[in-house]
Amino acid sequence: MSTTHDDPARPDPYGASSRETTEGTVYTVTGGDWDEMVDQTAGDERIVINMGPQHPSTHGVLRLVLELQGEVVTDARLVIGYLHTGIEKNCEYRTWTQGVTFVTRADYLAPIFNETAYCLSTERLLGIEVPERAATIRVLLMEINRIGSHLVALATGGMELGALTGMTNGFREREEVLHLLEFLTGLRMNHAFVRPGGVVQDLPEGYEERIRSFITVMRERLPGFHKLLTGNRIWRQRLEGVGYLPVDGCLALGVTGPILRSAGLAWDLREVDPYLGYEHYDFEVPTETAADSFARYLLRVEEMNQSLRIIEQVLDRLEPGPVMIQDAKIAWPAKLSIGADGMGNSLEHVRQIMGQSMESLIHHFKLVTEGFKVPPGQAYVPIESPRGEMGAHLVSDGGTRPLRVHMRDPSFVNLQSAPAMSEGGMVSDVIAALASLDPVMGGCDR
Amino acid sequence: MSGDPGKDDKKPETPGTGAGGASGPTGASNPGSAGTAFGPQEIARRDVSGSTAGRAREGMFGIQGSGDTTGFGGLRLPGYAPAPAERPYGGWFDEVADEAAAALADDTDAPGVDFDTCVHQVTVDRGEMTWYVDREHLVRLARTLRDDPALRFEFCSGVSGVDYGEGVPQQLHVVVHLLSMTYRRRLRLEVALELDDAHCPSLVDVYPTADWHERETWDMFGIVFDGHPSLTRILMPDDWNGHPQLKSYPLGGIPVEYHDAEIPPPDQRRAYT
Repeated sequence: MSTTHDDPARPDPYGASSRETTEGTVYTVTGGDWDEMVDQTAGDERIVINMGPQHPSTHGVLRLVLELQGEVVTDARLVIGYLHTGIEKNCEYRTWTQGVTFVTRADYLAPIFNETAYCLSTERLLGIEVPERAATIRVLLMEINRIGSHLVALATGGMELGALTGMTNGFREREEVLHLLEFLTGLRMNHAFVRPGGVVQDLPEGYEERIRSFITVMRERLPGFHKLLTGNRIWRQRLEGVGYLPVDGCLALGVTGPILRSAGLAWDLREVDPYLGYEHYDFEVPTETAADSFARYLLRVEEMNQSLRIIEQVLDRLEPGPVMIQDAKIAWPAKLSIGADGMGNSLEHVRQIMGQSMESLIHHFKLVTEGFKVPPGQAYVPIESPRGEMGAHLVSDGGTRPLRVHMRDPSFVNLQSAPAMSEGGMVSDVIAALASLDPVMGGCDR
Repeated sequence: MSGDPGKDDKKPETPGTGAGGASGPTGASNPGSAGTAFGPQEIARRDVSGSTAGRAREGMFGIQGSGDTTGFGGLRLPGYAPAPAERPYGGWFDEVADEAAAALADDTDAPGVDFDTCVHQVTVDRGEMTWYVDREHLVRLARTLRDDPALRFEFCSGVSGVDYGEGVPQQLHVVVHLLSMTYRRRLRLEVALELDDAHCPSLVDVYPTADWHERETWDMFGIVFDGHPSLTRILMPDDWNGHPQLKSYPLGGIPVEYHDAEIPPPDQRRAYT
């Protein structure tokens, strides 16, 4: 491969360039000009490569500093923080209900999980239990969301390894998930649908048919990944034995989720520490023992099937009932409904507060502007997100705003294991290992 | 762990106040209360150090000097301090405390350091157990918790910080969440620090996962973890000034015009908290 421009009068503006620094020669390489740089640096054994933060294979704005000896990575350092948006700090200046809108944006591929962890923690501080139907709807949304998140993991992972059909298929299937979530919650992402005390409104009419047809479609399409990738020799050679991290490494580095289960430990909080009634559902926690990227790929596909099983059982379990706690001092006062101009206060509620009951108006105003008070104390509630233990550590000083919101995001913790997975391996395997971690930088940097 | 929670004890000067003013505008975290509303003399102080967790409150909406005659301004609430738990703690809590005490007593490396020396308060609240730990003994306690066969807290979920705000004694807390996968138990360790002496020993030797967590806590709160292999900023740029999660660090923001009204930035809106 040669990309050298022959005409010296018109140098390639995108070609390789180099400059001298106190640290040595720094080269800027843009792609096809790799050969040129290798020629120039011949004889130098050690190269430090800066990959990202804008790079299609780093899974978001993640920067990798790789020290290479030939093609072998001797040292890998991760630089994060490019997507830090101060979500935790912002929550301290909003009411407990408004906080949902912020935390949902952290891990943007698993918004329902952020909301649920935050709300469960708030509810523990308040000492309340959500109604049965609200808990069941949360489980339903989380499992739909889990499928969507795993599909992106497969899609972007495939893309990063050059399996572009894996990407197009993955995103096509995810579109089904997003359509369904849009139908159920009104938004494709950043739903803010789960609120302290329950969920914001009941499921729309016709939800059951839509979800059942979604299950049918996914049952048809998920085996496609096995046909396309599982037996594919290139896919297997790129993933098998790559990104190895055994159980002791996982525990020492705090790694959870599919990565921990790929090492053989069946640790799934839905199973070992059930919340929201997960103990009532019949599902399996798939595990593998290879502890490599391929095992994690297999687990994600199987977990999607298990999620479909849970969704089916949720549909059978859903009983009519309230979706928000009945305590009027906590529950959002307006009965929200979808109108011609989107979601808003129901007409009935507006009539009541504007025309009939001044006390209702005062109550509505106080609860919406002031928020509810949460008794002082702290709570940490972990749930099983697609990437592992998603925990919300909330501290209240007794006011209407959180004193501290900390999201223990699995992307942040799991990323720490990337050097352990990739040092000593080929530079191309770094990509495969990272893809198997499935980090979401929005959650990592918050 | 002894004695009355001391909610009525008033202390004229609190150590955190002076240092807090240096790092940012006073009271910027809550302008609704306008800084002076909660002077140091109003802050309740526990005789057991390190477990006050919240500021005292006065008035109903944090509004001062409005000539209000309704009595809203007369409300006085002391700062919250988590109550020490009494034996029996209930459930497995007693067992863990007993095992930890036995393991520490058997430890020949550091004779004389027993459970009560390491942990000065045990709190059980909302089904969660918190141990308020003296920082000198944090690493040793964590190692015992991890290695003792009857404890086996082999997993550290995370390390983070909490800033309880100016005027609260030992306003910075380091919070460590531990998990025993073997016994399926969760335990919280908490270390309270003074703002002007924000040093805590690093847990990286015991739990390697604490590496990034401690870097984040340093970045966000300015808590120095002594013994950390490379305590550098992680979320903010390397050359950033200040530690954003401190209450004295302003949120920032600009007013926004909306429907002919000017909406102030979030940290300057009226707060009812």
